[in-house]
Amino acid sequence: MPVQGYNQTDALERLNERENSRPRIAVHKFSSCDGCQLAFINAGEALLDLAQQVDIVHFAEAGPMDPEAAVDIAFVEGSISTPDEALRIGQVRANSRFLVSLGACATSGGLQALRNFNADGARGWTSATYAQPEFIDSLDTATPVAEHVRVDLELWGCPVNARQVFQAIRQLLFGVAPVVDRDKLCVECKRQQHVCVLVAKGEPCMGPVTHTGCGALCPAFGRDCYACFGPAENPNTAALARRFEGLGLLPEAVARRFHFINSHAPAFRTEWLAWKERS
Amino acid sequence: MAGVEGTLVSEQREIRIEVPVLARVEGEGALELTASEGRIETLRLRIFEPPRYFEKFLEGREPQEVLDVVARICGICPVAYQMTAVQALEQAFGMRASPYVTQLRRLMYCGEWLQSHALHIHLLALPDFLGFENGIAMAGKHPGAVRRGLRLQRLGNDLIRLFGGRSVHPVGMRVGGFHRAPDAERAAAVLEELKSVLPDAEALVAFTASLDLPDDEQDFVSVALRNENEYAMYSGRIVSDHGLDLPVEDYLERFQESHVAHSTALYAHLDGKPYLVGPLARLNLNHDRLSPPVKSALEATGLRLPSRNMFHSVIARAVEIHEVVLEAIRLLEAYRPEDPAHVPMTPRAGVGCGATEAPRGLLWHRYQVDAAGKVLTAQIVPPTAQNQARIEDDLKCSLEAFGLHNDDDALRLRGEMVVRNYDPCISCATHFLKVRVERR
Repeated sequence: MPVQGYNQTDALERLNERENSRPRIAVHKFSSCDGCQLAFINAGEALLDLAQQVDIVHFAEAGPMDPEAAVDIAFVEGSISTPDEALRIGQVRANSRFLVSLGACATSGGLQALRNFNADGARGWTSATYAQPEFIDSLDTATPVAEHVRVDLELWGCPVNARQVFQAIRQLLFGVAPVVDRDKLCVECKRQQHVCVLVAKGEPCMGPVTHTGCGALCPAFGRDCYACFGPAENPNTAALARRFEGLGLLPEAVARRFHFINSHAPAFRTEWLAWKERS
Repeated sequence: MAGVEGTLVSEQREIRIEVPVLARVEGEGALELTASEGRIETLRLRIFEPPRYFEKFLEGREPQEVLDVVARICGICPVAYQMTAVQALEQAFGMRASPYVTQLRRLMYCGEWLQSHALHIHLLALPDFLGFENGIAMAGKHPGAVRRGLRLQRLGNDLIRLFGGRSVHPVGMRVGGFHRAPDAERAAAVLEELKSVLPDAEALVAFTASLDLPDDEQDFVSVALRNENEYAMYSGRIVSDHGLDLPVEDYLERFQESHVAHSTALYAHLDGKPYLVGPLARLNLNHDRLSPPVKSALEATGLRLPSRNMFHSVIARAVEIHEVVLEAIRLLEAYRPEDPAHVPMTPRAGVGCGATEAPRGLLWHRYQVDAAGKVLTAQIVPPTAQNQARIEDDLKCSLEAFGLHNDDDALRLRGEMVVRNYDPCISCATHFLKVRVERR
């Protein structure tokens, strides 16, 4: 979540005050699977068109390398999970007029935030995974970028898709504030006229509390949404959790529905902790 | 040695080259070496990818959650992780996927090989061989090659999307089959497109073979799955060119994983020694299983197999692109939707192993599950961890042969080219290279 009292308009003004009409952009990677950067690389021709309209100065996976360059828009993939990353994100912020968190890891901590709040701590997991834990330099938590520096736009999703990313860039190129639809997935699912997997099949679908944007993929495949796009705005997680219990899920299973891809997002974390207590 | 390097050697000065991230590799690493009189004494490839503890947070998860978690180990090859995990879980449950499901899984896997190899050849490797900083810069001078690559890559992604809704972290897989079989009309549209790129895929084999690739013969052991009926991708026995032949369940009897201090990746060895997995290892071991048109295209290049030159990996990837395009066409021509596209899951307590050929090489999983099918322990050995020791051996040979009198920047560029042959996915193990040379 952006910091309270934060005004995106200021960042947008800084972006629009740039001297060069061609914006300089960077794509930075932190702890992640690289899947969100693929929204650029998998865009094919659209990526080549983008390269005509902006200067891509840093994007290690695609080739351009200049991690310390000052840029107009920085896209950040990945969560902050090592001491080095905690320092590096500060530099990225200082070098950028407008900073976008790209995907679940950068926006909520992502899947690896499952290490947070575990009883053994990351150190216990390190000793269980590596023979020489003293050589593993890792923080106890994997946290979203916004817990370290100001974020000007959050793009949710595990992974984000090309439509979200290119729509945001297009709006920024026009100098306007990007509009992100934070409605519930159910709205999109109904629009596509899928049979409701929660009502018709009794599956514990996370659609009623999940941020729209994926295109209602899981219900289209007849399966329950697992909330890879994180919480929607004003999600009624408590009511949905009670509904899951009504479907026959044990408290431990209800807890796991919220303790998954976006476990560190406040709305999901609260619900997980409440049901974990009961299990 | 003369000139600057000679001076440095005689004064025993230490030289450091700092390149924070190695471009065009998927992860992050650094290369440290000490050299004396033109020979390398020690060489270490350091891996910086932060630990993400996947094996730990698989514990306590249900089978469907396992498939949704393992995809996220790597955004470039999520299908490989799902294909391997699903077979391990099915083995643990004593289930066998139907021939229909097996064929569909192979078809989906063709999509991942196609997108991953097309991306590697055109955007990651080709700039090295054609002399460009990167693929975006190359697109100005070689628009045809770049567009061909992007089209093949997009089709690979389209194929994955048929089965999973999206190409990164697809949602369609389940234990026992698929949540839903692809729509017949959409499958037919992908089939038409695949037929139209077949000439491109075939031409790519000759194109990669015509590149001016370095000549760098080395001795190494190739390891891959081998399947009696097809070019191994989805299943087979684990074989090597040194007589190894074992079922996937026995992997740990001959392969050992160890942790070295300078890396967050674990190193795997075969009987204590480095080995190669990936496209060139597969081609060396399984070229007799290629379909006839691919065999002809390969023969026309004059490439002799087995090859001991890692730079031939780019040709191996082109050959595999040709093979999977043909295979996908064959499978799609026979495709009929079935409903349901899965058998019911029958969990039980036990242990299951799975191995498949990810685009980057052999991928092995083992799960111990409880009676409800929830994971008790998980072990995952990704391809890049298996190649790690081999990459270090290769760098040592290649850089010595290249000549340590070259300046550090030249050594770094050569080192990066060598590492890129393995297309290491550093998120799953190890992206790229700082070079630190200490010359004595």
